[in-house]
Amino acid sequence: MMSDNDHRRTGRGRRLRALIVKESLQVVRDPSSILIAFVLPLILLFLFGYGVSLDAREVRLGVVLEDTGPEARRLAAAFHATPFFDARTALHRHDLASDLTSGRIRGMVVIPQDFSQTLHAPGVAARVQVITDGSETNTANYVANYASGTLATWMSQEGLTTDRATAPPAVMVPRFFYNPELDSRNSLVPGSLAIIMAIIGTLLTALVVAREWERGTMEALLATPLSAVEIIIGKLVPYFVLGMASMAVCTAVAFFLYGIPFRGSLVALAIASASFLLAALGQGFLISTVTRNQFIASQAALVSAFLPAFILSGFIFEIASMPWIIRVVAQVIPARYFVTNLQTLFLTGDVWSLLRPNVLILLALAGVLLALTLKKTPSRLE
Amino acid sequence: MLTRLSALIIKELLNILRDPKSRTVLLVPPIVQIFIFSFAMTMEAKNIHLGVLNLDAGKAGFELVQRFQEAKTFSHILTLRGQTEIAPVMDAQQALAVLVVPVDFSRKLETGATATIQLLLDGRKTNTAQIVRGYAQRILDRFLADRNPGAAGRMPAVMQTRHWFNPNLEFMWYTVPSLICILSTVISLILTALSVAREREMGTFEQLLVSPLQPFEILLGKALPALFLALCSASLLLGIAIFIFRIPFQGSLTLLCGALVVFLLAIVGIGLFISSLCMTQQQAILGAFVFMPPAVILSGFATPIENMPHWLQTFTSFNPLRWFLIIVRGIFLKDMPPGDVLTNTLPMVVIALATLAAAGWLFKRRME
Repeated sequence: MMSDNDHRRTGRGRRLRALIVKESLQVVRDPSSILIAFVLPLILLFLFGYGVSLDAREVRLGVVLEDTGPEARRLAAAFHATPFFDARTALHRHDLASDLTSGRIRGMVVIPQDFSQTLHAPGVAARVQVITDGSETNTANYVANYASGTLATWMSQEGLTTDRATAPPAVMVPRFFYNPELDSRNSLVPGSLAIIMAIIGTLLTALVVAREWERGTMEALLATPLSAVEIIIGKLVPYFVLGMASMAVCTAVAFFLYGIPFRGSLVALAIASASFLLAALGQGFLISTVTRNQFIASQAALVSAFLPAFILSGFIFEIASMPWIIRVVAQVIPARYFVTNLQTLFLTGDVWSLLRPNVLILLALAGVLLALTLKKTPSRLE
Repeated sequence: MLTRLSALIIKELLNILRDPKSRTVLLVPPIVQIFIFSFAMTMEAKNIHLGVLNLDAGKAGFELVQRFQEAKTFSHILTLRGQTEIAPVMDAQQALAVLVVPVDFSRKLETGATATIQLLLDGRKTNTAQIVRGYAQRILDRFLADRNPGAAGRMPAVMQTRHWFNPNLEFMWYTVPSLICILSTVISLILTALSVAREREMGTFEQLLVSPLQPFEILLGKALPALFLALCSASLLLGIAIFIFRIPFQGSLTLLCGALVVFLLAIVGIGLFISSLCMTQQQAILGAFVFMPPAVILSGFATPIENMPHWLQTFTSFNPLRWFLIIVRGIFLKDMPPGDVLTNTLPMVVIALATLAAAGWLFKRRME
């Protein structure tokens, strides 16, 4: 004998199942969700993989040869030979000054008239000047560092620094864990997966649910005996499955096509992705429930899904270096936890002491976002 | 015709500005974002946690470690007791780098042999790791120079560094002007990408079609209000950059405004093209998302275009943002001469003409 209570429970289970089936069919039939979940991520992954690189090479450099002595010529040749610069030579500084303004070169090295003379003069050091384009701050640092490096290498090749007096008393040997070649793509591709999933997750729910509000099909659902919680679960499950499938495709592309090592376990990856997707879907859900209007929902998604995840996630810009108030803001950006988790899973392995807190924070963020959505969803029609 | 057009423009402006949610989306995010992102986009390394494994019992090792403790870059020093502690600390990102001072460090320094210290860095954060490596090298160099003040003078040649246009390499001088470009792009796209598709979905587009307005008038009626609002927003951001962030403005404001109008026209053209190509708002917003992130990635905003493969560098020529970033950074910091501004404006003129013409053609075709 079934009690009345049991009846209600199985009834609810069946209702929810029916809703999930209906929502899933709707998702599968809607070409825009398939486009968002599979086509858009592949386009973005392709662009991130090739377009975002921190490995500078062949920076355009001008060499001003004011001294025509043999040593000066050999130093200029060293700047031409190094793979770090794409150098060209001029005889006067003002020949190159306008190129620096227009951006045709990023720096110039000036070998002054007295270079050869002072190089061998006792007690005086010959001076070489490097002028960088400070408006490209990062490149300017690169030019300054590698110009000094090229000069140092040249001096030791010329045998100018082999005597005891100039040999350094101590050297620092750097070793890069997890990414020994320091290939920036190894850390940028996993990071960009997080950015891409932030866009996809938010878009999926932001657009589709807002459209339902606009068309009135959401009201139709509310008029059924389903509770608001059931409706949210019913909507969430298909998009969650779709998002996980999208993540799987992206991971496969990162591994097989870009050759990024994967050192963690698939279980850990699934847990990390699931916790992040819940937060991203929750963000989109909240946007669409608050706006109930596709136009404004998509504007809000455009503003909130891409740039914050791109800039505040630690993907390119280190969060620890930001002022404290920005670090506080970054705490609520779900993508930052996912960036760390993905970089760790790809390059290091299952470091649970790092993954666990991040997963828990993501689940908490998802909980808050979905609770707010629930609060904004009327349980029945007014 | 002019009265018809101005009536349409006024209607469009009212349409956008009437809705409080719509007003908020236009006004608040750019202002909030320029403040947050300007401080967030830094390529320096600060508040770094450093692990130290000092195996040297001598004085030199202690002094070197002290130099690292005093350095502003490292906010937290984690003292390790053995090699086995290194991996867990690095794995869990409790330290971004670990400095290992070998047993014989002091002895080798005394005897004049070359001592080797190790710096282990987290390769998951390629950029920060390299910056920290540079800082650490400088700390070591200064430590060595202070121990033996005469040594530096014996180098046969030294490199002197000058940074033009931004002598102290203030990172904000670079990021704030760039952010003006990015945020203006978002605004212009928001204003245009969905405008036609929305009217089509709501059925008000048919009403426009039966009016005596010509297709190009409808196009102008959509383009001009968006251009006007985007210009207002960009000017506001420009004002914030100059008066609040105090970014030096070296160049000509007239040149910048001219280039700004061309740039915004190009983005408005792209937005209207997306909008008239798409039948529904869903498709239009997808179109906007297919344009926006690639436009940012392929602009040189976060990472330089020079780092990209050559075929992709060629492809970036179709991106108006790429050209406008060069102009804005150039005019702000370098007082870029008109010739260079013009060279970088011409591609945007071509893009604007092409996209506006394409949008107009689609308009006309859809109307017949």
